[in-house]
Amino acid sequence: MNMAIRVFLLLLIIFSSMYPTLCIYEDQVGHMDWHQQYIGKVKHAVFHTQKAARKRVVVSTEENVVASIDLRRGEIFWRHVLGPKDVIDALDIALGKYVITLSSEGTILRAWNLPDGQMMWETTLSGSTPSMSLLSIPTNLKIGKDDVVFVYGSGCLYAVASVDGEVIWKKELTSEGVHIQQLIYPDGTDIICAVGLAGLAQFDAYQINVKTGELLKHSSMVFPAGFSGDLSFITSDIAVTLDSTGSILVAVHFQDGEISFHQTHVSELGWDFSGPAVLLPTKLPGMFALEINKSIVFIKVTNEGKLEAVDKLGQSTAVSESLNLSEGQQAFGLIQRGDGKIILTVKLGNDWTSNLLQETIQMDHQRGNAHKVFINTYVRTDRSNGFRALIVMEDHSLFLLQQGEIVWSREDGLASITDVMASELPVEKDGVSVAKVEHNLFEWLKGHLLKLKGTLMIATPDDVVAIQKLRLQSSGKSKMTRDHNGFRKLLIVLTRAGKLFALHTGDGRIVWSLFLDSLRKSETCQNPRGLSLHQWQDPHHHVLDENPSVLVVGRCDHSTDSPGVLSVVDTYTGQERNHLGPRHSITRVIPLPFTDSAEQRLHLLLDVNRQAHLYPRTTEALDIFQRELGNIYWYSADVDKGILKGHAVQNNCILKIADSYCFNTRDLWSIILPSESEKIIATATRNLNEAVHTQAKVTSDQEVMYKYISKNLLFLATVAPKAVGPIGSVTPEESWLVVYVIDTVTGRILHRMTHHGSQGPVQAVFSENWVVYHYFNLKAHRYEMSVIEIYDQSRSDNKDILKLLLGKHNLTSPITAYSRPEVIAKSQSYFFMHSVKTLAVTSTAKGITSKQLLLGTIGDQVLALDKRFLDPRRTVNPTQAEKEEGIIPLTDSLPIIPQSYVTHALKVEGLRGIATVPAKLESTTLVFAYGVDLFFTRLAPSRTYDSLTEDFSYALLLITIAALVIAIFVTWIWSEKKELQEKWR
Amino acid sequence: MDKGKAVMGSGRRWAVEFTDNSTSPSSRDIPDPPGFTRGAHDQDESTVSKQKKDAEANWKAQKAWEVAQAPFKNLLMMGFMMWMSGSTVHLFSIGITFSALWQPINALRGVGKVFEPYKDNKVDLLVPKLAFIALNLVGLGLGVWKLNTLGLLPTHVSDWVSSLPPAQEVEFSGGGIPLH
Repeated sequence: MNMAIRVFLLLLIIFSSMYPTLCIYEDQVGHMDWHQQYIGKVKHAVFHTQKAARKRVVVSTEENVVASIDLRRGEIFWRHVLGPKDVIDALDIALGKYVITLSSEGTILRAWNLPDGQMMWETTLSGSTPSMSLLSIPTNLKIGKDDVVFVYGSGCLYAVASVDGEVIWKKELTSEGVHIQQLIYPDGTDIICAVGLAGLAQFDAYQINVKTGELLKHSSMVFPAGFSGDLSFITSDIAVTLDSTGSILVAVHFQDGEISFHQTHVSELGWDFSGPAVLLPTKLPGMFALEINKSIVFIKVTNEGKLEAVDKLGQSTAVSESLNLSEGQQAFGLIQRGDGKIILTVKLGNDWTSNLLQETIQMDHQRGNAHKVFINTYVRTDRSNGFRALIVMEDHSLFLLQQGEIVWSREDGLASITDVMASELPVEKDGVSVAKVEHNLFEWLKGHLLKLKGTLMIATPDDVVAIQKLRLQSSGKSKMTRDHNGFRKLLIVLTRAGKLFALHTGDGRIVWSLFLDSLRKSETCQNPRGLSLHQWQDPHHHVLDENPSVLVVGRCDHSTDSPGVLSVVDTYTGQERNHLGPRHSITRVIPLPFTDSAEQRLHLLLDVNRQAHLYPRTTEALDIFQRELGNIYWYSADVDKGILKGHAVQNNCILKIADSYCFNTRDLWSIILPSESEKIIATATRNLNEAVHTQAKVTSDQEVMYKYISKNLLFLATVAPKAVGPIGSVTPEESWLVVYVIDTVTGRILHRMTHHGSQGPVQAVFSENWVVYHYFNLKAHRYEMSVIEIYDQSRSDNKDILKLLLGKHNLTSPITAYSRPEVIAKSQSYFFMHSVKTLAVTSTAKGITSKQLLLGTIGDQVLALDKRFLDPRRTVNPTQAEKEEGIIPLTDSLPIIPQSYVTHALKVEGLRGIATVPAKLESTTLVFAYGVDLFFTRLAPSRTYDSLTEDFSYALLLITIAALVIAIFVTWIWSEKKELQEKWR
Repeated sequence: MDKGKAVMGSGRRWAVEFTDNSTSPSSRDIPDPPGFTRGAHDQDESTVSKQKKDAEANWKAQKAWEVAQAPFKNLLMMGFMMWMSGSTVHLFSIGITFSALWQPINALRGVGKVFEPYKDNKVDLLVPKLAFIALNLVGLGLGVWKLNTLGLLPTHVSDWVSSLPPAQEVEFSGGGIPLH
């Protein structure tokens, strides 16, 4: 047996000593991987439909994406993902051919070519004071020969030539702390008006010459009661705002620099309004909207300046901006939510009572309310105006409505995934519906014959196309049942909108989606958001009838002490099984290594008061927990104070209402990092589900090193407080990076190392007994990657073969951290070319297969790097035996092999995370990379040594076997005959 | 084959005795030729047969020794092959090694059979047998040594602990930076 293992291991080493290349052939793209492109929640949308061959809508989103979308099908024409800090503030179309975006708090102005999305110019507008950023594109104004764009950002007003981005003039408007809220340019005049508030008590209006930027007039007026902050602009000379109490509406007239206030009490508006009102940001003709008492009130401003409430609608109403129709009329759209449907209403600006259009569209309840609506008009065949509406729902999905129907929809919530969890599919059995993709025997044979032709190279070009098609839609790929290789799974993802999606790993389609009620805005929960996903129930053995489920942890508000919400969702059906909350706050979720008889995992949830709450709330779980109570610890890392503390779970908490599932905790140890020299910037722990095959590492000279494998290890990286900023903000002398490996049970520091002249950002990954981290070396001006491997010295004296033979050793007996095993750490550093966004490591079912690091590069690709490159035992001249073991000669930098890009030619725009899931097949791991885009593939770090390739021709094998059997029979008959003849002779 | 058996099974029909071994003249019809003394001839004959037997025994002993020494040549041959096959594990070296192990084992199992034809009361087969066994054991040793050089013998600690699962931990700890 052992010999067999040795032979196997040796063979493995021989195989692995060849550089594994992960590259795939061109025709294999899309075979086991899929890629989906998204844009995120739309913030601004500008239609481009007139005089355009291809009708499109240009959008900017909360994921900082500028995209041009086909209005017919909803496909992306082009798309640009700006950096995470480059938030888009405004978007418009200039000259009918450029998309102008203003981003980074009004400092960067860019123009993109409308047809193909190429950037035409970029202008950096420098300013000193942060302010609102505004963009105004007059339709018909030329300064000299140039069309202009007005930009207000960082306290300055700029006129920029829209053809080349040149700044024509600049005017600073920051005097007296005025916050400009609107630029008003009445068509055909020479004056642009900048209107804003100063210190919430003074209204300011500037009049500026559009040609020269000269300040013509500055008028201001103090409003003693104070404003609430926002202005709503009704016409070019009337603005409306609320006073600081939120009960008095103030209409401001500022015609020609003459400012006057007209106050109206909210209660005077007609309906019985009470309570504070909030002004909604709307741009409606002669109208504005207020939110009072959870309803939206539309208020019209009459020509005499009087305010008049026209209608009251539900809170879930979305209002579009006004749209210019022909003949000087203006229209706007409203979306109201009905039961299982939405109602789109388009009204003329001056007439509330009649509707231009009212359509009812069936809409899934799972999409929530409409958040935004953008309308566009087209001329129908009978010369009347038709309307199309682009709506953004609460789950961030995007719809185009036209003629009462949904033309297309996009699931853009998937652009903002916050957590991923894999779940098994149902086992195939009678009664479980198998998808329609099942083939009949004839089709199967035909497919195999085609493949055979391909193998024998007698396929015609048509056949080749057919083979490729067959491969891509490989029958088993998208079935809804478990396969014996474990490639088919469900990826449960939680999005920022609080929606759960189940994606099929075969083709990436959405199997089900669920907008959790507990993560929806409600009376008790004002700003709910999902925090994390955890495996709640993962039935394996005796409870296979139960469906697996996940735990979704959410929080009602942004602060850590806000109440938490929990819900358990069945991953087969996508139904919420039960939900709890809002209840105690949740700061940490600790999945415990125990499950109850129904294989529900025990979870410990910690609140801000450091009380631990046990879930599930059953007596059985409580029994298990009480039994293990003495061995359960937890630790807290306080980033602000730089304190690491260890705690133990003690006894039941003392509350007003007795709760046997609540436990007090006590402090055990603490590590206080000196705040003047160290600040925590990164931590990493091992994945709890990671399988480790062996504790021994065999070196080339047949010696054994024992890995120190503990789930309670924490990697902690700190930098000098000065070096927290971006790279280059400090000199190498005043910057350092300190890394720790800490046992979180006892608080013992196993290893500490200082990298002088280095700084963050630090990305780290912890697996088995090693940790790999990535940082910047200021002295060498290069990124570096380091590895720390921890070995247990106390076990190394287990050298007596006889004892091992008889099993008389203590290597597998349970160990405690209090025994303080003697450990040694080996470390090595290498230069690395790229900056890294995220780090992950492959994981396999049994942990036998060698590991690969997955690096999310700055170019939004995923690069696989063999762990063998990060081995502290690498030397410049390894011996023959070491070479045989697979140790690579030491080089100062890590190689980037172009073939080992997992994402091959694709990009996962806005890459944020990489999740790896083991398949049932030991050699294979499933990789899911997410950001704005999604990418899924499967990897075999040591190649698929345990299975035949998918291209393997079973037909050829069967035919060969059949031919051999026939040959045996024929020759047997022949020989019989011949022998008989011999005998008769 | 069947034919032969059937004939043999039916027994002898007739036979002619060409040799005349009788010693007494009275039993013969024909008197001995003059000058022929039966007794002298008899004596001579016995010495001849004795000589013959000795020669056979010698020959058998010689043959036995030859058989006993045969593995030595084999040994040299194996040694050469092993040297040729190198010390890395691949199909050829494994094949050589296993044949080097298999041959001596097979030979040792059939020691009795190999020396069967040379069994004789007068021949002392013990020494050749011992030599044969010793040589084969040397061959076996060579095979085992080769196996060891290939690293296929579990003589190291690493062979016994390489698949030991990690030890269980008594304590459990979790937590970290608060969720935000």
